Amino acid sequence: MRKPASAFAVHGILALYTALALAPIILVIMNSFKAKRAIFNTPLQPPMPWNVDLIGYYKVFGDSSVGIYYLNSIAVTVGTIFFTLLFGAMAAWALTEYRFRWNTLLALFLSIGIMVPIRLGSVSIIQLVSDLNLINTLTALVLVYTAQNLPLSIFILSEFIQQIPKDLREAGRCDGLSEYNIFFYIILPLLRPAMATVAVFTMIPVWNDLWFPLLLAPTGGKQTITLGVQQFLGQYITDWNAVLAALSTAIVPVLLLYVIFSRQLIRGLTSGAVK
Amino acid sequence: MAKPQQHHLVGMSDAAFYRVLLFFLAPAVIVYTTFSIYPLLDTIMNSFYDRQNDGSQLYVGTANFVTLLTDTTWSGPFWNAFWNNCKFFFIHMLVQNPIGLALAALLSLPVLRFRSTYRTLIFMPTMLSVVIIGFTWQLILSPLWGIAKMFLQFFGLGFLFGPWLGIESTALITISLISVWQFVGIPMILIYTALLAIPDELIDAATVDGLNQFQAFFYVKLPLIWPTIGLVSILTFVNNFNAFDLIYAMKGALAGPNFSADIMGTLFYRVFFGNQLQLGDTSMGSTIATMMFIIILCGVMVYLFLIQRRMQRYSF
Repeated sequence: MRKPASAFAVHGILALYTALALAPIILVIMNSFKAKRAIFNTPLQPPMPWNVDLIGYYKVFGDSSVGIYYLNSIAVTVGTIFFTLLFGAMAAWALTEYRFRWNTLLALFLSIGIMVPIRLGSVSIIQLVSDLNLINTLTALVLVYTAQNLPLSIFILSEFIQQIPKDLREAGRCDGLSEYNIFFYIILPLLRPAMATVAVFTMIPVWNDLWFPLLLAPTGGKQTITLGVQQFLGQYITDWNAVLAALSTAIVPVLLLYVIFSRQLIRGLTSGAVK
Repeated sequence: MAKPQQHHLVGMSDAAFYRVLLFFLAPAVIVYTTFSIYPLLDTIMNSFYDRQNDGSQLYVGTANFVTLLTDTTWSGPFWNAFWNNCKFFFIHMLVQNPIGLALAALLSLPVLRFRSTYRTLIFMPTMLSVVIIGFTWQLILSPLWGIAKMFLQFFGLGFLFGPWLGIESTALITISLISVWQFVGIPMILIYTALLAIPDELIDAATVDGLNQFQAFFYVKLPLIWPTIGLVSILTFVNNFNAFDLIYAMKGALAGPNFSADIMGTLFYRVFFGNQLQLGDTSMGSTIATMMFIIILCGVMVYLFLIQRRMQRYSF
């Protein structure tokens, strides 16, 4: 990078690739605000006062249950994160802190799910969920996603718990704290940064998943926003205003969250998980 | 050492100790076993049974697998999906991972300005749902809108444009490239991290010895990040042979035209749930899922025993 020419080339390549990564997204968002004629005639023009038309958004928010789908997605994601973190931290603590006979074997058992996708068991998951009368409920999704995300969560949290100085828990024990109190009052608060990492990791695939909502909660107003958008798009495939608006509605909140949490996410990706 | 120590908690009875263990481990183990391990084992079990019309299960040994691999009504779609899936994987390995590596190499160059801005923006498509990406590209490639055509015409390449998603010979390649476009951020970030972990002294030593940045990358950095590239490869493999969403979102369960974009995930969905061509079939669905499991397991084994073992890990 000492020669300005090569620095220029590097920035040129990176900027070009960045443009390639962003152009489709910008194109969709831009055109979602435009009238149909403008979408087709001048697709590259940003929305201007003379070609703005919000009819697509009226359709998306008026015609379908987008609001409910958003709430469903939020409920599923928050529920999954909560149980993944709580159960994951508890198990990670027991596996790293206590010595017992089946410790290593249990840790190995719990890590199978990191490599083997839970999706392959779908046939039996549907059977199981329908036996439990949980078809078309958000509970089913939360349970399956929690099972899916526990292995990685336990793995990451174990690494962090190992780094917490032993003295802290021993001091707690000397002060007569029970094992439960040591975990909930000393360890859990110290795990906050690690839990943030796991939360971000869990959030994205759960929010974006199409497979399990399609299998377990496809109807009855229990669709997540990803599935809802998919169904909406299938229905309105020829109505470009509605399609573009639906796509933008799904893109924008995720991008906002991403911009807010990107530092956290990238730090998570670049630390614990894959070393 | 007379007797192996059961636990190290002084002054706690065994019963109390096991209560503690149970309290901390039971929730995770129960949820994970019930909704992940049990369904997986049950699916594998199901593939050895044939569901009768009255709902009972008849043990048929490996008959379902024989049917899947030899009976032409099953083997045709199966091998078609398998080879398509292999193509899908090779395109990712040949396009996604080299581009990811190149971007990571550029991003990790010393004193690069706007490093984190580039990183954040290039990673953006990876964050979005595959459904959204699928539809977005469907619009962009649509001859109706003509954006892709306009773009090619700008470079004088308009004659290259075609309805790629609708042509048998190009549908799968087009979808694969869209998937590459979306997920290139993952190899980029993983390799970028590995590159950052290489100590500066090593690179400084190389440049003092007269290597330029290119040579330093190929002779010093690249050999050090092979383990990460191995990891990226196995992640790509597992994800690709488990893929479904993008093809379903763009092409539906029939993965047309004429099944040319059919992969294991869409075949599994179609067989299990049925579609306008056939009724849903639990046994054969389980059989296909078990085949996918075996394929993924083979990949993971190859990685663990052949690749990872031979790789030298360096710690700094």
